[in-house]
Amino acid sequence: MQTKDHASEVFNRIKKLSSADEVEVHFSGGRFALTRFANNTIHQNVAEENSTVSVRTVFDGRTARASTNKFDDESLRQVVRASESLAKVQHPDPDLLPMPDAQEAMGSMDENNAGASARPTQPPSRYFEQTAAITPQQRAEGVRKIVGVANRYKLTSAGVFSSADSVEGIFNSRGLIAWHTQTLAETSITMLGSDSSGWQKANSPDVSNLDPLGLAETAAKKALDSAHPREIPAEKYTVILEPAAVLDIVGFMFWDYSGMALLDQRSFLNGRIGTKLFGDNVTIWDDVYYPLQTGCPFDGEGMRRQRLALVENGVVKRVVYARATAERMRRSDLRGTAGPITATGHGFPLPNEMGEMPLNIVFDAPNSSQTQAAEEMIASTERGLLVTRLWYIREVEPFEKILTGMTRDGTFLVENGRVVGGVRNFRFNESLIHMLSNVEAMSAPVRSSGEESFDMVVPAMKVRDFNFTEVTKF
Amino acid sequence: MKHVARWALDVAAVRGAEYADVRVLAQRSRALTTKNGKVGSASDAESVGMNVRVLAEGAWGFAASAELVRGAVEATAARAVEIARASARVKRDNVRLAPEKPIVAEWTTPYKIDPFTVSVDENIDLLLKIDQELRAVDGVTLAEANLNFNRDEQWFLSSEGADIHQTKLSTGAGYAAYAFAGNEIQKRSYPNSYGGQWQNKGYELIDELKLVENARRVAEEAVALHKADQCPEGTFDVILDSSQLGLQIHESVGHPIELDRVLGMEANFAGTSFLTLDKLRTLRYGSDLVNVVADARQEHGPGLGTFGFDDEGVPAQCTPIITNGLFTGYLSSRETAHAIGENRSGGTLRAEAWNRLPMIRMTNISLLPRQKPLSLERLIATTDHGILMETNRSWSIDDKRYNFQFGCEIGWEIKNGKRARMLKNPSYSGITTEFWNALDAICSREEWTLWGTPNCGKGQPQQVIGTGHGASPARFRRIKVGSAFKS
Repeated sequence: MQTKDHASEVFNRIKKLSSADEVEVHFSGGRFALTRFANNTIHQNVAEENSTVSVRTVFDGRTARASTNKFDDESLRQVVRASESLAKVQHPDPDLLPMPDAQEAMGSMDENNAGASARPTQPPSRYFEQTAAITPQQRAEGVRKIVGVANRYKLTSAGVFSSADSVEGIFNSRGLIAWHTQTLAETSITMLGSDSSGWQKANSPDVSNLDPLGLAETAAKKALDSAHPREIPAEKYTVILEPAAVLDIVGFMFWDYSGMALLDQRSFLNGRIGTKLFGDNVTIWDDVYYPLQTGCPFDGEGMRRQRLALVENGVVKRVVYARATAERMRRSDLRGTAGPITATGHGFPLPNEMGEMPLNIVFDAPNSSQTQAAEEMIASTERGLLVTRLWYIREVEPFEKILTGMTRDGTFLVENGRVVGGVRNFRFNESLIHMLSNVEAMSAPVRSSGEESFDMVVPAMKVRDFNFTEVTKF
Repeated sequence: MKHVARWALDVAAVRGAEYADVRVLAQRSRALTTKNGKVGSASDAESVGMNVRVLAEGAWGFAASAELVRGAVEATAARAVEIARASARVKRDNVRLAPEKPIVAEWTTPYKIDPFTVSVDENIDLLLKIDQELRAVDGVTLAEANLNFNRDEQWFLSSEGADIHQTKLSTGAGYAAYAFAGNEIQKRSYPNSYGGQWQNKGYELIDELKLVENARRVAEEAVALHKADQCPEGTFDVILDSSQLGLQIHESVGHPIELDRVLGMEANFAGTSFLTLDKLRTLRYGSDLVNVVADARQEHGPGLGTFGFDDEGVPAQCTPIITNGLFTGYLSSRETAHAIGENRSGGTLRAEAWNRLPMIRMTNISLLPRQKPLSLERLIATTDHGILMETNRSWSIDDKRYNFQFGCEIGWEIKNGKRARMLKNPSYSGITTEFWNALDAICSREEWTLWGTPNCGKGQPQQVIGTGHGASPARFRRIKVGSAFKS
């Protein structure tokens, strides 16, 4: 796998090959392995190793990027030539800034961000040798145990057990060097009955934090408890959304927490920064340093990611900015309604048309007297639905943030404070603004993983008047 | 590159693999975008690597590497066999492959102009010309345009003797105009949403699309939507334009007929299918007018699902999927063909890249046009009261592919056989087989387009691949409209 020393040597070779005013080189890659099972048998089992070098060159305000996964001299010469050729035919970009140096990349305290607290200089280590060293035999053994649970309950299991070992690095000709290594192990399990299913998923940089057997037992219980689902009408219900359901739906709004989205007037936050859009109990951070988060502490230009309060007590406080986006916003007519404007270390690699995005979302825990476990939410619900997971979520209307999607793999009717059985899955059409204004209770936030959005630290939520519009056939 | 493949095949055999195949793949792509008068992104990428897929002890193993030196290739082959033996620890039955005659062949996408030979200058000038046209319309707040070119050159060799060298080329282009005003964002795209039109062709596609010529109209429609009435809620006859119908086919026919989904192999992620094996040749999927094929052959057209051979060396084929409304076929592979009593794969196994395992993917899943002439305008003229919907804006369907909901960018009320008022935020929903049985008219070949869907996701790790969908506009009776906006 790519090391920092080897990357440094490659960067120096590339710098010598280039005649550009400035050069930036991204390194990424690693090892990835995944064991996939279905019908209680391993049916796919893969491993790969790859490294990519991506070169951005700048000539007099023009920039472009070229990438390759070959590191021999001729390939590096070609990738530099490709980047330079593309850059030279661009029109000059008046918004392009000089590349950041190491000092600028460290960032300065954002005085406008009242919620920013003492910032750690580094996230906790996210590289664990025992995760990197997982063998195909160990993954197969993990799957064998999961299948054992399925067999015990006469269910059929499907899922994955994967492990990854990755690097991300940036070097530029102004002396910036940023480097991050990480491991990740993941288990996702579906248990299928004849007319029902249950699902669980978890991941962690440290494989010892994973509990495949516990996940298998929970998924199996959901499949068994939701057997023989009844059909009830589609209408507004109080819902208890488990954390995976919460992250999959709220994830659709974070593309809009971007200075570029405001400039493009494609964000539902245009004209709404500083307004109270959600309930008092909703406070959302972007915090790569949070212990349960993953990812690297720098952005696509190597700028250090800041810890930011995006929403405080329901009030939208700010969006994130790449360096150039912040400069553009300062000159824009929209600057008066854009909230605090400063480069926050959330930019995508240049050149790009999307700007930036917060990717390390952490919901604040309500104070301890208000925190409720999902079981307590169920106990306090006269009639409602318990939702394990949401699926195929898409945006129906971008400014009110109406989203549609389905429930999946464990949807239960709750009556008089207890789960009374499974119900057929529903289609919802619900505004995220409406949903986050109607949160009646939250659990303590946990690291959670779904399939519709990126991993987050989110609570389970009890939400009133969640809008279901149709019922499907199972 | 064949020598690389042979190194791997030799090691796999020595290590005890019962079957092995190797793909060595060189991929090149170029992506150019503009946004509001500026270049948004400009990038070139190449990726080269190889993989080994083996059967050992009756179970699958797969390993991939970007290193093509002999030691790394041999180590990758050995790793694939080790992984297969680990798979065998949790298996029920040995994998059985349907027989396939090993083929030695060369195949290349037919094209007139290699898009990588067209200067980037010319590409950017075209995008900026489109951008200028879009932003010439008052009220347009965001204009985006894109050009994409891809080339995949692959060497496929197997332990059975297959030796196939195949080069595929694809081109994509499109744009969108956004209008933000008040509390609303409206959008119009051309020729289709989410990246436009994509085909396995060269740069000649760009001229055929008439991109600049349509930009002003598209931008004007985006602005006009702000003054349009909200699409009503209720039950209506609905006419879908061919691009929306292409996505409808993709979601409610293409995915449910994937045999790996049907057999539970995708249960944890993409889902399963309502098309259980008992439904083959018994289910009335649609009305008598519905004829759908899965056709990967060049004679079907330059779709993103067109090729010479799939990624396990099976030649491109045409499989009847729905015949006069009756469900007649699945998408299959060498591993799954026996589950439906077939002694040969349908030839649909494809992978996104050299480091991904091939899996059952849609080829060109197309709704065949009506034989007798019927234009869209004539179809509208024979509709008393209905809604014409154009260009997809949102799409969602459950994990067995029964219940769907689609939103479109623009709608038109049809009254007494004529287009009446423009409607904003049109949407419709339904249950797959009820919907296809409600089809009562379909336009003829002149209105038929083979659309490319470049972003079909499936598998773990997820693979994104292109699929093709031919369709001409069609009418569906008594469809549920507008529940997406029911509060």
